[in-house]
Amino acid sequence: MFSDYSMSELGAIFAMQGFAGLILFSVFVLMALGLAIIFGQMGVINMAHGEFMILGAYMTYLVSNVFAAYLPGLFGMYFFVAMILAFIASGALGLFVEWSLIRHLYKRPLDTLLATWGLSLILQQLYRSVFGAREVGVSIPDWMMGSMPVTDMIEVPINGIFVMVLAVGISLAVYVMMFRSNWGKQVRAINQNRVMAGAVGINTEWTDRLTFGIGCGVAGVAGSAFTMIGSTGPTAGQLYIVDTFLVVVFGGAGSILGTIASAFSISQAQSIMEFFLSGSMAKVLTLLVVVGILMIRPQGLFALKLRK
Amino acid sequence: MSKTPPSKGPQGPSRRAVLAGSAALTASLFTPKSLLAQDFPTAEVNTTGLAVTDDTVTVGILHSITGTMAISETGSVQAEKLAISQINAQGGILGRKIEVIQEDGASDWPTFAEKARKLLVNDKVASVMGCWTSASRKAVLPVFEQHNGFLYYPTFYEGLEESPNVIYTGQEATQQIIAGLDWVKETKGANSFYLLGSDYIWPRTSNKIARKHIENFLGGKVVGEDYYPLGHTQFNSVINKIRLKKPDVIYAIVVGGSNVAFYKQLKAAGIDMTAEDPILLTISVTEDEILGIGGENMEGAYACMKYFQSLDNENNLAFVSAFKEMWGDDIVIGDVTQAAYLGPWLWKAAVEKAGSFDVDKVRAASPGIELTTAPEGYVKVHENHHLWSKTRVGLAKLDGQYDVVFETEELVEPDPFPEGYQ
Repeated sequence: MFSDYSMSELGAIFAMQGFAGLILFSVFVLMALGLAIIFGQMGVINMAHGEFMILGAYMTYLVSNVFAAYLPGLFGMYFFVAMILAFIASGALGLFVEWSLIRHLYKRPLDTLLATWGLSLILQQLYRSVFGAREVGVSIPDWMMGSMPVTDMIEVPINGIFVMVLAVGISLAVYVMMFRSNWGKQVRAINQNRVMAGAVGINTEWTDRLTFGIGCGVAGVAGSAFTMIGSTGPTAGQLYIVDTFLVVVFGGAGSILGTIASAFSISQAQSIMEFFLSGSMAKVLTLLVVVGILMIRPQGLFALKLRK
Repeated sequence: MSKTPPSKGPQGPSRRAVLAGSAALTASLFTPKSLLAQDFPTAEVNTTGLAVTDDTVTVGILHSITGTMAISETGSVQAEKLAISQINAQGGILGRKIEVIQEDGASDWPTFAEKARKLLVNDKVASVMGCWTSASRKAVLPVFEQHNGFLYYPTFYEGLEESPNVIYTGQEATQQIIAGLDWVKETKGANSFYLLGSDYIWPRTSNKIARKHIENFLGGKVVGEDYYPLGHTQFNSVINKIRLKKPDVIYAIVVGGSNVAFYKQLKAAGIDMTAEDPILLTISVTEDEILGIGGENMEGAYACMKYFQSLDNENNLAFVSAFKEMWGDDIVIGDVTQAAYLGPWLWKAAVEKAGSFDVDKVRAASPGIELTTAPEGYVKVHENHHLWSKTRVGLAKLDGQYDVVFETEELVEPDPFPEGYQ
């Protein structure tokens, strides 16, 4: 498979594919962080994760329309406003869903799978009724389109860099919240022993709600960013959900660092293989390797050491 | 109708009936679309127990209104309803108004089969306009053949099928592919092609035909062929491959949400389609899809279809304005939507030619049916139940519409089992 290319071409290929892999890595991290918080820290299998992302994408669509109509001069900047509003909208919906649905199911984690799957269907139909069945086109500010040439062969898409910067930023923010803030400490305490955490005075109910809300909010920001590279439609969230779970489970539920490591290894492997094999075969091989590793290490790459 | 002839009873033809018939014939010279129900007694036009009464006939519409495919199938439903309302406004079929029973296939193939059975067995509909994906058509096919139903299927598809119970109003693969490849070879001097598609039967069969045609008939070269799973959203790898192989033409058959991701990332990677280096030729992006992709991401690409909304002929202008009047000004009309619009009209013509709603008679009458009022222009039903139609190439513009840059001079013969392409 290497024989078709010269050495210099191979060098360029690995550089280009390495960079394509980095973009894919950032996309995976953005998709998975919200779920890593919800699934990893709370044990809730949130099948509606994709729909929370798409809510963020629709917020971006609305904000872009508002800016185009009322503030055309500031159109280049609308994306930042859109991301903040996406976080608020998805987060608020997350708080509401936790209050109305999830909190009744903490003792039955498998039922959260069915409940949130139902929720995802409801949300899809809701988007379809409000925004129409067809995909909507989100116009991206000009400065975010296009690419920067590095060499003859290698060009770097600007929106790829934007997604990477965003992924790093949000990862840092989540890390700080999780390991440096009071809230993070409480979340981790509840994760380890819910009853004890309550007994020492942690408001478990409110912490759960906030955690779920933040996880959904992060999903919303991811969805907002993905309007640059993907489609915005009622069912577009379904495109992401499998990869998202794959990344979180492979990394080891409960470990944010594991999620990032697994996103990195899956994205680089897939991107290099995609070049030499067809896209479908690359996907098949990636999944096979992941399944193989999970059979040997069911707890994922990184697992919390807990005394059970 | 002022020249209403006297009504007659359900008994056999009498002298009066013959007179009445001739009166109707005279009338039909002035308003050729209106036939009178009383000239066609229900007992004679419906011998197999279909849902036909003295003044109504029931047809089914079977598309996905919910689920993934709702994006694509909504336009078809709208077109079919428009055609039916226009036919009713002209007096219906054999003097009977069309009534519609609509079922939702819900983007789920077993559901399509179940709803098809319901339409045929419980509702006894005289014909069905429906299905969109090949998977849904394959799912309902045994039902239609078992219960002898009649389906009008609107989507361009991979061919390799010819059912006595289906009329295919979209193009089969060769009709959509060959003329477009010839065009890009002749006018653009294209020699090397990169074939790309979503990983399922339609893109694979179509690319197989395209490859054979490029290699055996055009003397060109296929420098790469790649398939990505449905719903794939990351195309940076394949874009890098294209950059490396430097083909003259990217031949893309990507569908659904992947479509949007592919064109956005192509643009972001710095491949400017308006520069035609490389040329992008697709058979999967209609005006409907551009709504989601965004005109700015699609500008400069070529699409090979049989119909574009911008077609400049009287039929199409009337069709587009009627469509917008019924469904709103913002709407766009793609290739499949137009093909769906043909379904009810072709059925009407076949029923009137047969003088009966019986499926066997309608089937026998169908080959040779001509439609001069089709928005795409003149079409004709072939012996193999597909349509003779022209192939056209459009250039995508910033506003999401296509400029028609080429059309075949003659109608292209449908050939669902193309020899030399298998």
